Amino acid sequence: MSTELSGILAAFFITLAMAWPLGRYIARIYSGERTWTDPVLGPLERFFFRISRIDATSEMTWQEHMKAMLTINLVWLLATVFVLMNMAWLPLNPDGNPSMSADLAFNTAISFVVNCNLQHYSGESGLSYLGQIWLMFLHFVSAGTGMAAAAVLFNALRERQTSTLGNFYDYFLKSCTRILLPISIVTTLLLLAEGTPMTFAGKDTITTLQGDTVQVSRGPVAAFVAIKHVGTNGGGFFGANSAHPLENPTYFTSLVEMAAQFIIPLAMVFAFGFYLKRRRLGAMVLGVMTVGFLLLVIPNIIFEMNGNPAIGAMGIDQATGAMEGKEVRLGSGLSAYWSILTTVISTGSVGAMHDSTMPLSGMNELLAMMVNGFYGGCGVGLLNFFIYVIIAVFIAGLMVGRTPEFLGKKVEAREVKIAMLTTLLSPMLIMGGTALAAWTLGQHPDLPWLNNPGYHGFSEMLYEMTSANANNGSGFEGLGDNNPFWNISTGIVLLLGRFIPIIGPIAIAGLLAGKKYIPESPGTLKVDTLTFGIMIFSVIVILTALSYFPALALGPLAEFFSM
Amino acid sequence: MKQHIFPAILLTLCCLVLFNIIYPLAMYGVGLVIGPNHARGETVEAKGRTVGYALLGQSFTEDRYFWSRPSAVGYNAAGSAGSNKGPSNPDYLKTVQERIDTFLAHNPGIRASQIPSELVTASGSGLDPDLSPQAARVQVARIARARNIDAARVEQLIAAQTKGPLLGMFGPSTVNVLHLNLALDAL
Repeated sequence: MSTELSGILAAFFITLAMAWPLGRYIARIYSGERTWTDPVLGPLERFFFRISRIDATSEMTWQEHMKAMLTINLVWLLATVFVLMNMAWLPLNPDGNPSMSADLAFNTAISFVVNCNLQHYSGESGLSYLGQIWLMFLHFVSAGTGMAAAAVLFNALRERQTSTLGNFYDYFLKSCTRILLPISIVTTLLLLAEGTPMTFAGKDTITTLQGDTVQVSRGPVAAFVAIKHVGTNGGGFFGANSAHPLENPTYFTSLVEMAAQFIIPLAMVFAFGFYLKRRRLGAMVLGVMTVGFLLLVIPNIIFEMNGNPAIGAMGIDQATGAMEGKEVRLGSGLSAYWSILTTVISTGSVGAMHDSTMPLSGMNELLAMMVNGFYGGCGVGLLNFFIYVIIAVFIAGLMVGRTPEFLGKKVEAREVKIAMLTTLLSPMLIMGGTALAAWTLGQHPDLPWLNNPGYHGFSEMLYEMTSANANNGSGFEGLGDNNPFWNISTGIVLLLGRFIPIIGPIAIAGLLAGKKYIPESPGTLKVDTLTFGIMIFSVIVILTALSYFPALALGPLAEFFSM
Repeated sequence: MKQHIFPAILLTLCCLVLFNIIYPLAMYGVGLVIGPNHARGETVEAKGRTVGYALLGQSFTEDRYFWSRPSAVGYNAAGSAGSNKGPSNPDYLKTVQERIDTFLAHNPGIRASQIPSELVTASGSGLDPDLSPQAARVQVARIARARNIDAARVEQLIAAQTKGPLLGMFGPSTVNVLHLNLALDAL
């Protein structure tokens, strides 16, 4: 087997093995059991709560959870807009970078608050170090928000009838301090040892061996890159994200960064099984997600390692694969693996430029974001998957002619309506947004948006809207997106694509928790079985195919068949 | 909403202290100790001056040096970017053909089928410091001729500078172009 393929297998299985104990630990954290982090972090959290005048033991209903979540997110949003629009005169700006324009600050603030990290600027010239560090704060808290929401879901699905579901601030802060912070510290140390900078010095100017004078942008990179992955955020310190040699110096750091972004989404699935004491259910969920992941990632590895046929036609040796937009130290195989990993789990950090991947690789990257529930982002991945589960339960219930049930709770019209509306939102935002963009470009063909002509240009717009809706943050970066149209339109898509897919599932979970618990009987629909797993998978495939096939046909499929 | 606004602001301030001050400063402190060049970015010294950063590629265009890959930012690390050209873009494919022609003109005796794709495609960052061993080997004849040295010695340099897969098992083999060219100059 080639060393490229063995590297990919190592990346997958090492992360899987580490996610198991982490999942057990996360389940203990959310159920309030004792853990080894209590002696240090317990007093710190209690101190924070005392200062903030929060009673972290008072239980909240699902509505109170959502109010607390939206309020604190609003505080972050306003503060971030202020920082980004005033970076020029604030401290920690050795390179003298300018403040952001209002529309770019609007887009960037939303983008980082919602854990998306779509970037319409380049870090080297668009942010001061204060701006970077401020965004690093959002890396932590936006991931913590998603995980807190997942914890509410866990709580709601337990076998009992209740209206209160734990405390938002408690779940949120513990997600940040007990889970995100320790993993980030370990990741930072590994990156530092491999040569990633962590400095507050500004740009350096050097004369190269051949005599050219160039500048080198630096900064507090290591700490930033660590949490960017651990929190499945993905916004890069530099413009080129993790393709940049200072963000990702070696093959080893590539493995570290991929494990860092993958481990919490995997561990959350394990934690789900441990927390509910339904390991079979956890295994079923993990199985469905993994099948979806493999179906997307294996073709990409093949396409990218086989190289670009149009360049092959020029007689070039394709042994190293399709290398446009890729780095030699990663190679085409690991770059392809990364391209799907980062899109299924809504990180959006890239080790290679997606705009230059093969047409069908681009389609798989789009599909990964359109589904957005094969693993999915920190916490929110499970929420998205839960919506698919509810729809599958509903359809299965119709097929056998019984009132659908999930974990001992009747799933009735209201829950199904919420699930349907949440599911329909994504195609509406993605296709509506892309249609609006295509129409605008049709009216003004001279707008400097597209970096590529024809079908691929359409894919660039489709990708941007999909990435915004999925809160992913990767891009077909050729798109000229720092202008009011893209800043404002994707800003709105980002907000809706974040909070409705959190509020919807939490509302369903809250409603289910309030219902009477019905113990299992022989007539109960068994949800932890292979049959039901296939059912969920079919629901995902059908919903995605029906919603997105026309758009994919216009973009990547058309490009593929025309090559 | 009203009962949540002050707790939200205060908790945000607490988190700012922990994640924006304590965490980065602690990591900065550790970096001073364990990071190469105190985590300011490892530099390469030669000929009595700093000639580059170990992790960042640089432009080599002269025949007597190993060439780096094409770059969308001209190897100026004040920025970083790929070309973001789609695989079927006709203008892009024309650029690739021109790169092939240029390479063949400077390397007589080489056929296109010996050129690995990374030599005619731009990297993701525009700062790729590496080549595959084959991309270095295909340049040996030109360099040996330009420097008037034995090709076998250049081949030996490549072998000595090649970094194998991680633990011998994972990932591709790479050659750092700057280190390779420094070794050439030291011959």
